[in-house]
Amino acid sequence: MKAVEAAGIWKFYGDFPALREVSFGVQAGSCLALLGRNGAGKTTLWSILAGLSRPGRGLARILGGDPRDQRTRARVGVLGHGVGVYDELSALENLEVFGRLYRLPGARRRALAWLERTGLERVRDARVREFSRGMRQRLALARAFLHEPALLLLDEPFTSLDDRAVALLQSLVREAITAGRTVVLSTHQLPEALELATHVALLVRGRLAYAGKRDSEMLRDPGWLYRQYGEA
Amino acid sequence: MSFFRQALTVAAKDLRSELRTKEALNSSVAFALVILLLFGFAFEPTEEQTRQIAGGLLWLVFAFAGALILNRSFARELANDCLDALVAAPLSGAALFLGKALANFVLLLAVELISLPVFGVFYDVNWTRQLGPLMLVVLLATWGLTVVGTLFSALTVNLRLRELMLPMLVYPVMVPALLAAIQLTSPLVMGAPLDAGLLLWLRLLTAFDIIFTALTLVLVETLLVR
Repeated sequence: MKAVEAAGIWKFYGDFPALREVSFGVQAGSCLALLGRNGAGKTTLWSILAGLSRPGRGLARILGGDPRDQRTRARVGVLGHGVGVYDELSALENLEVFGRLYRLPGARRRALAWLERTGLERVRDARVREFSRGMRQRLALARAFLHEPALLLLDEPFTSLDDRAVALLQSLVREAITAGRTVVLSTHQLPEALELATHVALLVRGRLAYAGKRDSEMLRDPGWLYRQYGEA
Repeated sequence: MSFFRQALTVAAKDLRSELRTKEALNSSVAFALVILLLFGFAFEPTEEQTRQIAGGLLWLVFAFAGALILNRSFARELANDCLDALVAAPLSGAALFLGKALANFVLLLAVELISLPVFGVFYDVNWTRQLGPLMLVVLLATWGLTVVGTLFSALTVNLRLRELMLPMLVYPVMVPALLAAIQLTSPLVMGAPLDAGLLLWLRLLTAFDIIFTALTLVLVETLLVR
């Protein structure tokens, strides 16, 4: 079963086509690294899959449903460029708010468990305004994983993470894949992404240049894919 | 039930954030009090003049002070891309809108309830003689302003000149509600009862609230997805 399906997706900003007939699928239980240089269209594609944006043409389906369908969204964890947490609320309050919005039973218990998992239990009552960028990113990870989603859509999740936080993210993604969840990881940080990915898709100026399994050549030489498809 | 629970979660979140920073509340209260004070000093109205201008003065103050609160409503979500996290969550645009409108309603009502006694003191008016009907008008008109303002706050959130655009777009749409509120408030603050003529304005105000609440709950989903 395909967890993500994109069929002939175009997206225009004014006259500029940010995505040009992008079609691909992601099997359930796999991890897709969505790669590309800045401006390749990764975030645009991510926002369409996350239901934040509509395609100009074409069709996107996630977990067999429309990305804007509420039942579908309840099974998707989204982490974008912004951390999506409120500065004026504490770490615990932030997770409780999202727990309630996702209608989770025992929202507080889950929030506390995820604060512990992300190493933020000591600062659970501190306002996010006082957090470092890395701590905010860890809180954002807790928010995205809080409801144990069947599909994780992560856009540049490695940004601003220190070594420890990168290791945490990698272990969370590995656990998710082992548990049969699907992960779509949009990034231009090749080594970290390729280490996790089972599949790779490369966007070049809005077009899908490559989609397939991640092979050992890519792991040995992360820049190989870019050179192979004219993005050196 | 979960629709209302989600709306209340959004409202509680907004109120908690605002009460911690008091960014919009402080500026809105200060603005309302300064205008009431300056107007009183500038014109020193007689009782007859106060009777004529009370409704207009109060609702213009509330409308302008309200714009400061409404501007912050969706703008609050821009920091850290929180709006994306909300739109990606499994709550309908209507629940998100209703939650935001409820928070704005409470904040604007707080500004009004602080301003009314100040108005009474500065203009030497015992405004509590028709307290029940006056509170009904205040509640209905505030909801009308809040609903329209929250909708346009969502519409203008990504505009660079949103502080300017929001009042320019909102006030023309608010005219029927403002007109009804002004017509009702002037006699009520001076102690006159609700008569048949005023009931007509009350019906207009109620209809405005119902129509715009229904319309915005239907339309808001399309505004949230880019």
